[in-house]
Amino acid sequence: MSTELHRAPSAFETGSATALLRFATAGSVDDGKSTLVGRLLHDSKSILTDQLEAVTHASNRRGQEAPDLALLTDGLRAEREQGITIDVAYRYFATARRRFILADTPGHVQYTRNMVTGASTAELAVVLVDARNGVVEQTRRHAAVAALLRVPHLVLAVNKMDLVDYAEPVFAAIAEEFGRYAASLGVPDVTAVPISALAGDNVVEPSAHMDWYGGPTLLEHLESVPVGTDPGTEQARFPVQYVIRPQSGEHRDYRGYAGQLASGVLRTGDRVTVLPSGLTTTVAGIDVLGRETGVAWAPQSVTVRLADDIDVSRGDLIAAGEPTAPTQDVTATVSHLNERPLRVGDRVLLKHTTRTVRAIVKEIPYLIDIDTLAHVDSPDGLKVNDIGRVVLRTAEPLALDPYAANRRTGSFLLIDPTDGTTLTAGMAGESF
Amino acid sequence: MTTAAESLSPSGYGNPYALSHLDALEAEAVHIFREVAGEFERPVILFSGGKDSIVMLHLALKAFWPAPVPFALLHVDTGHNFPEVLEYRDRVAARHGLRLHVASVQEFIDSGRLRERPDGLRNPLQTVPLLDGIESHRFDAVFGGGRRDEEKARAKERVFSLRDEFGAWDPRRQRPELWSLYNGRHAPGEHVRVFPLSNWTELDVWQYIERESVELPGIYYAHEREVFARDGMWLTAGDWGGPKEGETVERRLVRYRTVGDMSCTGAVDSAAATVADVVAEIAASRLTERGATRADDKVSEAAMEDRKREGYF
Repeated sequence: MSTELHRAPSAFETGSATALLRFATAGSVDDGKSTLVGRLLHDSKSILTDQLEAVTHASNRRGQEAPDLALLTDGLRAEREQGITIDVAYRYFATARRRFILADTPGHVQYTRNMVTGASTAELAVVLVDARNGVVEQTRRHAAVAALLRVPHLVLAVNKMDLVDYAEPVFAAIAEEFGRYAASLGVPDVTAVPISALAGDNVVEPSAHMDWYGGPTLLEHLESVPVGTDPGTEQARFPVQYVIRPQSGEHRDYRGYAGQLASGVLRTGDRVTVLPSGLTTTVAGIDVLGRETGVAWAPQSVTVRLADDIDVSRGDLIAAGEPTAPTQDVTATVSHLNERPLRVGDRVLLKHTTRTVRAIVKEIPYLIDIDTLAHVDSPDGLKVNDIGRVVLRTAEPLALDPYAANRRTGSFLLIDPTDGTTLTAGMAGESF
Repeated sequence: MTTAAESLSPSGYGNPYALSHLDALEAEAVHIFREVAGEFERPVILFSGGKDSIVMLHLALKAFWPAPVPFALLHVDTGHNFPEVLEYRDRVAARHGLRLHVASVQEFIDSGRLRERPDGLRNPLQTVPLLDGIESHRFDAVFGGGRRDEEKARAKERVFSLRDEFGAWDPRRQRPELWSLYNGRHAPGEHVRVFPLSNWTELDVWQYIERESVELPGIYYAHEREVFARDGMWLTAGDWGGPKEGETVERRLVRYRTVGDMSCTGAVDSAAATVADVVAEIAASRLTERGATRADDKVSEAAMEDRKREGYF
């Protein structure tokens, strides 16, 4: 831990632009995940003096001599008492090259839903294994959840290399087995890094013990992996959130549709289709938060003005390129999040982009065993932490894209209409 | 205002469609404001005149341009607020034609509905007037400037945080939040706290203030002030309860990193007179903002968690 009070400000700190990477970590209870997260924060100088002091005091009170870095991320009293992590915690750190948002998700078997939650916004997932145990059931589960949620980049961090004498063959065998499994799940990008979170090897600083490894440290990889998708290769999708109509002053006739581009690029003059109505028009202008622009792209929040005076409101989707055919029959892979089970015949609300419609659960053909990917008949519906297939019928048409093609327009929530509880997270179309 | 095109950063793809971290955070916050406008009947922005609530208002103004912000402002006035901040609050509300509601801790004390604490801290007393204000105006969505990087209990806070009729936050009742699908459904009497700056850090906020040329109350920048030392902080001398016997007032060059109540917000020694100076100072600082300046968070390891359960922010 550096105790210097002043250091030269980095490029990031002087305010030059950096990209933002959202990533998630998953690991079994004893794989040392909290230590890894603590190490990332500590070695990247992201733990501040008072935070470290508070952790040191808390550790000392419990009779631990060294500061327990896990305390940096375990915030709620129930967790501190039980020594486990029971929810997704978000951590923030930055280097000279990037800003990071880390969704720290517990690895325990009963917390699949938290892993799904953390992975839903992640562009990269770090799966942690113990070098002594190699790929175990939980490792496969974490990889499968990342694949199911279409996290574009996967990193296998083979931890505790110090306990296997930093032996290359141990690492190589684990990396190969994991790589095969990830490929079978269709994960496009997998990187394996041999680390020791406790000793600090290859987390932030390169290891002096593993000359045989020529790749980047974990942090170097996080700093260089591509951020986001390339909107230039995507179909433009723009869910309308809100209609802006000042109706006074100089903007008396202004009528703009406010929203955040879910994917793709939108330009003034583009031919667009409004869904579900199917009416077509062209983009007359785009305002990006107070000034006009000729072009906008995901994930910018903008206001779109249309050439024709057609009926557009919150919940509609403005699409360029090949518009989705709206449907009232939804087949999806879902992750059930709530203690109340989901059963055939249940009446729910389905929230998709900015549109919420009534829906009925028509079929639950099978569950997916996330460890083996085997299909399991589901006579009793879905229980909490179950992943399965669901067929729904909606009261109104939805412009759903396959989740595999678009994470924002292919995802939805199921909500209990009686009290608003979030029941289920859904991903339209085929899962693996 | 700058556009994304003027602040491009290498995304790794080398494509022209990169966004800087500030653009990405801004787009997310604007999306949150617009979701609330689309889904709720009576939203309100908690506005203290502190930098986080000022940035929230700036984002809301951009989100609905050229139309006015469709939300009222609510300020919980502890009675120990800095005069510079109150003056700023009134000026900003008037400039943007916003309706300002004030919930006054002092009124609650004067009418006997609240009792002054032995330690004189007024921040913990804000909960009752806040909930009373929410209830009497029937606000169903309440924007707060809370950030997840501020404190451990907040690291698990949702963007849409459901509160029951007592304003209480039950960590076990919070809904999972996936993608950018925010579930704002609630029963009558319940309300939702919304945190558009959830994913921002203190440095992000300051960089954004610098980029957008957002005006702040002067006490955020270095100025000479009569202060005295208490609990390792420089507190402002005043009628609220200081200095006590044995506490010596001196004139120092200071600034505030957070602005709350005079009784619990401390100043730091600083010569940072411009926003650029402040950004450089924070980047080099080895103390989080609350650790340096807030007495009320130091009370116990679980202080924030307990106060959230009671219906505090």
